[in-house]
Amino acid sequence: MRRFVIGQAKNLIDQTRQARHKSLRLLSLLAASDSAPVLSSPHLFSSSSDMSGSGSDSSSSSLPVTLDSLNPKVLKCEYAVRGEIVNIAQKLQEDLKINKDAYPFDEIIYCNIGNPQSLGQQPITFFREVLALCSHTALLDESATHGLFSSDSIDRAWKILDQIPGKATGAYSHSQGIKGLRDAIAAGIEARDGFPADPNDIFMTDGASPGVHMMMQLLISSEKDGILCPIPQYPLYSASIALHGGSLVPYYLDEASGWGLEISELKKQLQDARSKGITVRALVVINPGNPTGQVLAEENQREIVDFCKKEGLVLLADEVYQENVYVPDKKFHSFKKVARSMGYGEKDVCLVSFQSISKGYYGECGKRGGYMEITGFTSDVRAQIYKLASVNLCSNISGQILASLVMSPPKPGDDSYDSYIAEKEGILSSLAKRAKTLEEALNKLEGVTCNRAEGAMYLFPCINLPQKAIAAAEAAKTSPDAFYCKRLLNATGIVVVPGSGFRQVPGTWHFRCTILPQEDKIPAIVNRLTEFHKSFMDEFRN
Amino acid sequence: MIFVLLAASCRSAAAFSLFLDDPCTVTDFPALCRGTIKGQRNVNAATDVAIAELMKRTRQARDIAKKELKVLDGGVSTCLSNFNSAFDNLDKALKNIKEGDQYDLLNENVKKCQYAVRGELYLRASELQKEGKKIIFTNVGNPHALGQKPLTFPRQVVALCQAPFLLDDPNVGMLFPADAIARAKHYLSLTSGGLGAYSDSRGLPGVRKEVAEFIQRRDGYPSDPELIFLTDGASKGVMQILNCVIRGEGDGILVPVPQYPLYSATISLLGGSLVPYYLDESENWGLDVNNLRQSVAQARSQGISVRAMVIINPGNPTGQCLSEANLKEILKFCYNEKLVLLGDEVYQQNIYQDERPFISSKKVLMDMGSPFSKGVQLVSFHTVSKGYWGECGQRGGYFEMTNIPPRVVEEIYKVASIALSPNVSAQIFMGLMVSPPKPGDISYDQFARESKGILESLRRRAKIMTDGFNSCKNVVCNFTEGAMYSFPQIRLPPGALQAAKQAGKVPDVFYCLKLLEATGISTVPGSGFGQKEGVFHLRTTILPAEEEMPEIMDSFKKFNDEFMAQYDNGFGYSRM
Repeated sequence: MRRFVIGQAKNLIDQTRQARHKSLRLLSLLAASDSAPVLSSPHLFSSSSDMSGSGSDSSSSSLPVTLDSLNPKVLKCEYAVRGEIVNIAQKLQEDLKINKDAYPFDEIIYCNIGNPQSLGQQPITFFREVLALCSHTALLDESATHGLFSSDSIDRAWKILDQIPGKATGAYSHSQGIKGLRDAIAAGIEARDGFPADPNDIFMTDGASPGVHMMMQLLISSEKDGILCPIPQYPLYSASIALHGGSLVPYYLDEASGWGLEISELKKQLQDARSKGITVRALVVINPGNPTGQVLAEENQREIVDFCKKEGLVLLADEVYQENVYVPDKKFHSFKKVARSMGYGEKDVCLVSFQSISKGYYGECGKRGGYMEITGFTSDVRAQIYKLASVNLCSNISGQILASLVMSPPKPGDDSYDSYIAEKEGILSSLAKRAKTLEEALNKLEGVTCNRAEGAMYLFPCINLPQKAIAAAEAAKTSPDAFYCKRLLNATGIVVVPGSGFRQVPGTWHFRCTILPQEDKIPAIVNRLTEFHKSFMDEFRN
Repeated sequence: MIFVLLAASCRSAAAFSLFLDDPCTVTDFPALCRGTIKGQRNVNAATDVAIAELMKRTRQARDIAKKELKVLDGGVSTCLSNFNSAFDNLDKALKNIKEGDQYDLLNENVKKCQYAVRGELYLRASELQKEGKKIIFTNVGNPHALGQKPLTFPRQVVALCQAPFLLDDPNVGMLFPADAIARAKHYLSLTSGGLGAYSDSRGLPGVRKEVAEFIQRRDGYPSDPELIFLTDGASKGVMQILNCVIRGEGDGILVPVPQYPLYSATISLLGGSLVPYYLDESENWGLDVNNLRQSVAQARSQGISVRAMVIINPGNPTGQCLSEANLKEILKFCYNEKLVLLGDEVYQQNIYQDERPFISSKKVLMDMGSPFSKGVQLVSFHTVSKGYWGECGQRGGYFEMTNIPPRVVEEIYKVASIALSPNVSAQIFMGLMVSPPKPGDISYDQFARESKGILESLRRRAKIMTDGFNSCKNVVCNFTEGAMYSFPQIRLPPGALQAAKQAGKVPDVFYCLKLLEATGISTVPGSGFGQKEGVFHLRTTILPAEEEMPEIMDSFKKFNDEFMAQYDNGFGYSRM
């Protein structure tokens, strides 16, 4: 009897698998035959109206592409970091040039976006030396070059050029990026984690965002496919999921425990999504957090890896802020390292780690460089990822070079080592100071609480808005946090992003403010912010 | 209990194809089934849930067995070990499902999409290269990879922008000419934080202004910088626009055949329908409007709403330049049929025949006047990857929109903003491309010499290649009027078709693979671009170095002769 049970279980499972394959095939056949004779009605209407429209009364008002006929997924997606508030700010900036006296401030301070060099952060000299030499390779043959460039930058440029077929920095590369540069990145990952990394797992991308898009495109077939995303989240995820027509499955970070990530919450949301018929495909974790700034504890990361393994989810690890950790009690651990140290190998868990040259101490946003390291995927899936990468041909070469440089910076003994370290430490310690100053200032404001920025580049304070302010926002047909941010902008010239752009627990209000203005500007920002907040509260206090 | 659940999950899975809404109706115990799978309609998820439930209940049964049967005699321990084997099997089943899922569950549009330029031939060529064989890569229009030297002036300017501290060094003049220094300062002043800061998502306003001025000089009509978006290569722009236009498979895009596979790949990724129109090889790849009309009518009869038309001018892979009269017909057609025209004009500098100059779609449209000039929506694409620049690795490009309503432009802006900004150094390359050194500038002579040298050599290479192909047995090739490619037709003998079939290859793939193995010349089979049935082509670039060209054509000829001798059994050929 018992053996029979086991045998039956085996048989039935086998049958189920076969049936599943058959039914999938049937499903796709059904879908195909569906589309030919019985096209969904909107298409029938639009095509017939097209036909009647052709030739006769085609007035110029009925252009082929109008807002009404755009891809609804495009209309649906939102990207608040560059949304309405930023548009207002840009207009103010233009007007400020002409009407200097019309405003209580003399400049717009962009705290909306993690764009350090636009706020005066200087690039790392060594990196730029190498890039300049690779941009104009004829310099390497000039003796005067030795007077203007550090000797190790010249060596490094030669080394990089030797890895590029024909030394051609103007040629398309391999779709995953130049092999020699991927070798350097893999070596950098290995040095970071203490576990091997394979250059063939690296896909270099124009910033981290295209990698995220690629994975979403791959994983999402329809709104039945769900992606677990933290709330609050970086809106790239919500926008990309919307653009690809999938479902965002939210899990809430716990503000009270420093934006903690609870496995019980993940489980609850997963079950909830599944009960709605959604197949959850992946879990997004942003570590260090954006906009929330928390750095995950290793123990917590282990639980997350186990959760993904158990539930068969792809772990999409946004690790672009890995160099931005500001508190001594926290350390960055890559998910790959955590998974490997748990004994999980290639077969156990699907993991994608995203890295960017836009963040860290380098902050080279305009270069659009980054990579993703993909592990745990079967070879047929990897082939699909490669194909997606190849439709884009390749990512830009100077971004590729820079990505290899940040993963293999100067070493002790190199000509540039001391200046490199000084520049790096200078930037990171200043960021830590700025984060602390701003956090303390925010926590002093009436009705404002702000978790510390353990990492990343942002503060995400919670503002307890008075009822009167909420009513005023409603009257102005805007969300209360956007109302607050607009008032802040108009009063101080400081641009921040309303929490609603990142999503938040309903009924709570936040904004995201970068810690990136240069240190000498921070006191003035604190003053203006404090003054504004006081007058805002005076105006709306219950 | 166990049977019941498994049976339910199994049957429900099998029945999914028929009862999408409630798979449990066909099971023996519908209520139990419904209770178990909780409304799942996805086969994989439902099976997952069913197995998880089964495991839970089995575990309960085991626990009960453990508790109740305290005397651990042989029977009970067998029972427990059987339970454990059951768990193992179920675990394996779950894992299998997940692994099978990995590929099965991927976006079908991704799996469908094909991209031949970096497909099978390219991969094989890379393998051979690793094995030490000399490979001549003529599969991608990638001039610098084949030895073309970058233009000096733009590289000097960009190097200075990369390392702006050089500008403060008193010795900078020893390495850089004064006009490069001035230009670097100019471009840095257009940025907000140099090359390391995100720019406006549409590109630096100052560079977009220079692009608009270039278009105005080229066409004689004003151009609005607000309607110009800079992109990471032209491909990104094409994807952004198609993403806005395509809502689903009911939306069709007219695409020339043969075409550059970016279009088929992108349309397939976005889940739209490619509506082909055939270029006429016997008319030097001319575009026949009657042909277009037929394609549109046919697509519409299948319920497809045709929304846009792509032209590639000069043609890729076909190399033809469209005449002004032809462009007028096309624009009229788009006006009447309410199609957005996507003008891929990335090869506008690559013109090799004086009697066939490049004319932009925008100029022709503006020349046509009302109602066309206000009624046809046009998006035109350009890049720094082609022309005599060939700066493929920079990923720089732009598109210009005409007659696109402001609210649509805003939506396109929003999509662009999700990618934050195009890379800034390529934006500067674009600025330099549209405003190169002028007569009188220090660098002018060198710049003019370099660019003229490249273009004239390309012109000679186009001729060597066309003539070379036409001198081969069973090969006919139209002249490359523009762009960077040669697209000869190979008339394959029946013996070759049969051999290809036996090898499980498309005939032109078979031919190209043989060519690669024999000569190291890496081409792209015509089937990657689309071609009429029963006709076979290959695409090569005209980019190998001029001095190597005769040798390459000789080795091609030798291979082709041998190939034809091997497979020609005297029974005629695949035809034009």
